[in-house]
Amino acid sequence: MLKTLMKQIKEFKAASIATPFFMLLEVLMETVVPFLMASIIDDGVNVPGGDIRHICIVGAWMIAAAAVGLFAGLMGGKYGAYASAGFAKNLRQAMYYNIQTFSFANIDKYSTAGLVTRMTTDVTNVQNSYMMILRMGMRAPASMICAMVAAFLINGRIASIYLIAVVLLGCVLFFIIRKANKYFNIVFEKYDDLNASVQENVSAIRVVKAYVREEYETNKFANASAKVYNMFVKAESIIACNMPVMMFTVYTCILLISWVGAHMIVSDSITTGNLMSLLAYCMNILMSLMMLSMVFVMISMSMASGRRIAEVINETATIHNDDDPVMEVKDGSVVFDHVYFKYKENAEGYVLKDINIDIKSGETIGIIGGTGSAKTSLVNLISRLYDVTDGSVRVGGIDVRKYDMEALRNKVAVVLQKNTLFSGTIYENLRWGNKEATDEMCRRACKLACADEFIERMPDGYNTYIEQGGSNVSGGQKQRLCIARALLKEPKILILDDSTSAVDTATDARIRKAFATEIPDTTKIIIAQRISSVEHADRIIVMNEGQINGIGTHEELLEGNDIYREVYESQTSGGGDFDEPAVKEVKDNE
Amino acid sequence: MSNMREKKAQAAPGRSGGKKGPAEPGKLLKRLMGMIMKYYGVAVVIVAICIIINVLANVQGTMFMQRLIDDYITPLLKSETKDYMPLLKAIGRVAGFYGIGIVASYTYNRIMVNVTQGMLKHFRDAMFTKMERLPIKYFDTHAHGDIMSMYTNDTDTLRQMISQSMPQLFNSAITIVSTTVCMVMLNVPLTVLTFVMVGVMLGLTRKIGGLSAKHFIAQQKDIGSLNGYIEEMMQGQRVVKVFCHEEESKKAFDELNEQLCESSYKANNYSNILGPINAQIGNISYVLCAIVGGVLAIGNVGGFSLGGLASFLTFNKNFNMPINQISMQINAIVMALAGAERIFNLLDEDPEVDEGYVELVNARKENGEIVPSEKRTGLWAWAHKHTNGDPTTYVELKGDVVFDDVDFGYNDDKIVLHNVSLYAEPGQKIAFVGSTGAGKTTITNLINRFYDIQDGKIRYDGINVNKIKKADLRRSLGIVLQDTHLFSMSVRENIRYGRLDATDEDVVAAAKLANADGFIRRLPQGYDTVLTGDGANLSQGQRQLLAIARAAIADPPALILDEATSSIDTRTERLVQDGMDKLMAGRTTFVIAHRLSTVKNSDCIMVLEQGRIIERGTHEELLEKKGRYYQLYTGNAVLA
Repeated sequence: MLKTLMKQIKEFKAASIATPFFMLLEVLMETVVPFLMASIIDDGVNVPGGDIRHICIVGAWMIAAAAVGLFAGLMGGKYGAYASAGFAKNLRQAMYYNIQTFSFANIDKYSTAGLVTRMTTDVTNVQNSYMMILRMGMRAPASMICAMVAAFLINGRIASIYLIAVVLLGCVLFFIIRKANKYFNIVFEKYDDLNASVQENVSAIRVVKAYVREEYETNKFANASAKVYNMFVKAESIIACNMPVMMFTVYTCILLISWVGAHMIVSDSITTGNLMSLLAYCMNILMSLMMLSMVFVMISMSMASGRRIAEVINETATIHNDDDPVMEVKDGSVVFDHVYFKYKENAEGYVLKDINIDIKSGETIGIIGGTGSAKTSLVNLISRLYDVTDGSVRVGGIDVRKYDMEALRNKVAVVLQKNTLFSGTIYENLRWGNKEATDEMCRRACKLACADEFIERMPDGYNTYIEQGGSNVSGGQKQRLCIARALLKEPKILILDDSTSAVDTATDARIRKAFATEIPDTTKIIIAQRISSVEHADRIIVMNEGQINGIGTHEELLEGNDIYREVYESQTSGGGDFDEPAVKEVKDNE
Repeated sequence: MSNMREKKAQAAPGRSGGKKGPAEPGKLLKRLMGMIMKYYGVAVVIVAICIIINVLANVQGTMFMQRLIDDYITPLLKSETKDYMPLLKAIGRVAGFYGIGIVASYTYNRIMVNVTQGMLKHFRDAMFTKMERLPIKYFDTHAHGDIMSMYTNDTDTLRQMISQSMPQLFNSAITIVSTTVCMVMLNVPLTVLTFVMVGVMLGLTRKIGGLSAKHFIAQQKDIGSLNGYIEEMMQGQRVVKVFCHEEESKKAFDELNEQLCESSYKANNYSNILGPINAQIGNISYVLCAIVGGVLAIGNVGGFSLGGLASFLTFNKNFNMPINQISMQINAIVMALAGAERIFNLLDEDPEVDEGYVELVNARKENGEIVPSEKRTGLWAWAHKHTNGDPTTYVELKGDVVFDDVDFGYNDDKIVLHNVSLYAEPGQKIAFVGSTGAGKTTITNLINRFYDIQDGKIRYDGINVNKIKKADLRRSLGIVLQDTHLFSMSVRENIRYGRLDATDEDVVAAAKLANADGFIRRLPQGYDTVLTGDGANLSQGQRQLLAIARAAIADPPALILDEATSSIDTRTERLVQDGMDKLMAGRTTFVIAHRLSTVKNSDCIMVLEQGRIIERGTHEELLEKKGRYYQLYTGNAVLA
């Protein structure tokens, strides 16, 4: 994991190395300044009559040291900020770029909210601790080592007290942090659960209010919140030991050294000045250790974040381009040859079982079947959104796995069931299909998809701004825009996955008619719930539990297919939709 | 619906504008402190005392180190007997004080854990309790992400502030006060000089801190826009793949990412350099004091001695430390106060007003009179308490709803429903049809008072709905919303949500009525299967069945149904349809209809357009009219 993350430092390596270097310089200045301070007192102030000249000279040195220290501090701060901000940027970029290579199977694994958190909160955590490591990670050990070395130079026996104290304290701190960490892991999980339940309440507030469950929810929340409180108190009480333990060690050292030191001075092993310095170093060493323990706490807290980031960066796409890809799709024919498919390698049963279909270029195919009958799974294989588990799917006579993915998907346009429009004008959204499309082409596509009628009645027409997720157009309008967007690709195969469900029957019929007359050479594969959407297709496939239950024309199936007949009858005998009208009124507030 | 969207859009700029520093930091701090004192007054006092003890223990330690040589070691060197007893005694005494200091330190650290987490719990609970009482309008006008952020980010910044910044500040303040006292006692001019340097420090801190805060705010904003972009693209990732739009999506991302990197760098840079700058100013202050003090001492101005100078310089050093520490905490405090402001804003929101006094009670019939009953009888009555002391009157709950010339707008200046009048007799089924945005959902939202009307009257069993307690009004109305929301608990608990005292048998009965029993039994743990993520592991149709079961168990006299438009397969749809029909039987029902059969079987159909009822009647009557309904029915809607 660390390796994965470190790789992303890239161009910020220089800054990352410079930062500790400057911090080191700052530490050196910090070590020099007390010497000079002592000199001001010992040789300037504490001499009979005082020595103003000495004070001035040493003062000048001290100001010079302060200036160097300031410079080093500024540079350290600057490069630390620069390196960590850059590192964070690279991490986000690495994740985002890798996500762009994800196949549908990869995408299924992560939730949107999860990915957003990883790219924001988690990266911020890592960024902060990276800065901490760069600035303090060097500074603390450096000042500890400086002080330790100085202490050993003065007197090995006393200095060894420090060594023992440092080791002991290090062990205790390690133990405390590890124990607390265990609780923190649990507590953060509980905390996430708590926040999830808030989220749930916010989005379901109408249900809560409709059932007058405000009190009930509040009690439920109070319980969960009390649990989080208890866990946090448990975890943090352990951390609360840090400071006293620290103080205990420092104080013990000071008193021990005072006692031992006094004896040594009496027996003439060290001087009084030495003892004062030793006591000063004692503080330095233990303060650095405290700082280090803080760094470790930060690191261990950002470990989880780092793991989550690395997970995304290391996720390898399950679908790759062929080494020598075919760049052109010859025609719109589709062949399913003994196709078996399941979403997960270790899943028990197959989602699709032994599918054999031969679709000719330019044919119109309807697909019908109940929920879970694998209609969507079937068509997703054509544009290679997933790879078959066994058998093969051929487009234009060539296995889809042989194509360059972009070339394939540009010729096989899918209008997804759960579709998305992006924030931007209608033109911008349409041009997802073809960047170079002229306004004229966009309008033609919209006309084909029967989207022109409502677009033209919008105040800004094709320049109307679509809100995120297309929240300011109705379901039917959204579906028609998505169809128009796909048409702009001028695909050889057009797949509509339940893409007109919110469009009324009359408009649905007009769209189908436009398809038949305007793009006759394009292979059209239409998944629908409504019989009326598919009854005019050249052939209709009836799917049931991952298998083809029947193929044929409307009449043939009515005759010989039980499922089809059942669906047909249920839809014609008053069970149908009283649909939304063809024309969505421009909303009164727009 | 569309109106809410618009309001959300309007609220958006306000939101990003809200990510500024707090408007009145002083007031906020006072309020925050006030709350802490209210809940943890005693604890805070103990913490304060412990901090003082801790500081004093530390000070006496420092003093001991200064005296160690002069008072103990030098005499030892001079004496012949080498009597270590005085030193041992002194060390013992100091150790004692240290011990007290350590105990004090542990005590306040430990208490602060409770104070911090306790306050966070209070905030969370108060926020949630308040949130549950807010009108629907609040949720329409605030992005859900922003609400969530108060529970996560803003409480996190508060934790930082309460647990670290506040004790640190107090500690620093105590140190500053004690040091100032010592300094003034030693030498006034030097103290003034020290203060001037501190003034410089504070000035710079203010300046750099301000810059830093400015960039931190910019950073928050950039995180926000990057967050929004990522969210949109992740949601549409499948579309990105299908359209091979990866490169474009990367390009736009890079721009936002670069921008965030820039502001993040600047923000951190300014906060990083504050420490070194103040430390070095501290050093310069030291040198200046040494030089000036040296001159003063040598000239023996005002009886200032060299020994005094040595002590003063120690204090000067001790004085700069806490100032530095305070400046380090400033960013954390600014951010926490901004968070506190948002939290207080939520806590200060006006809750849903409820001036109703008519209550819903169980009732039974006694000689044709309606009298209240202790037990659940299936018969309900409105208990009308009279303010003038007359005995409470009881009106049977039947489900008679009348709209009398109702006008309504989500904002006062934009009326979306005009002169709506309608009546539903008990047991009748009223269907609303019309295009999206015509106002169907809005009307149903008025019956249960999710929103209040601007003009006109709505009467329920002859009582103005404003006089009925909201909770009781809503309890009398079952509702199945178009978007099904389920909770993260077992299927059984989800159904029981409709009536908390329902037995397991009731739950099963309701599930059977809703045709949900079959699929529930096939779930891995049957009724005890725990749902997660809003029932993500269920199909749309199954979720609807559960919502119907939930409404069925409540057994309300009146129903509001918003039929789902989303396509579910024919078989499940038939189950849902059948479940809904069973639920509607014998109840006054308002249904926002999409299915032909529902519309056809209604007692009365209201055709809505642009917030007005333009046609009403039964299916046959409306067809005969050859008006809008006819167009809708035949799918021959002409372009308006």
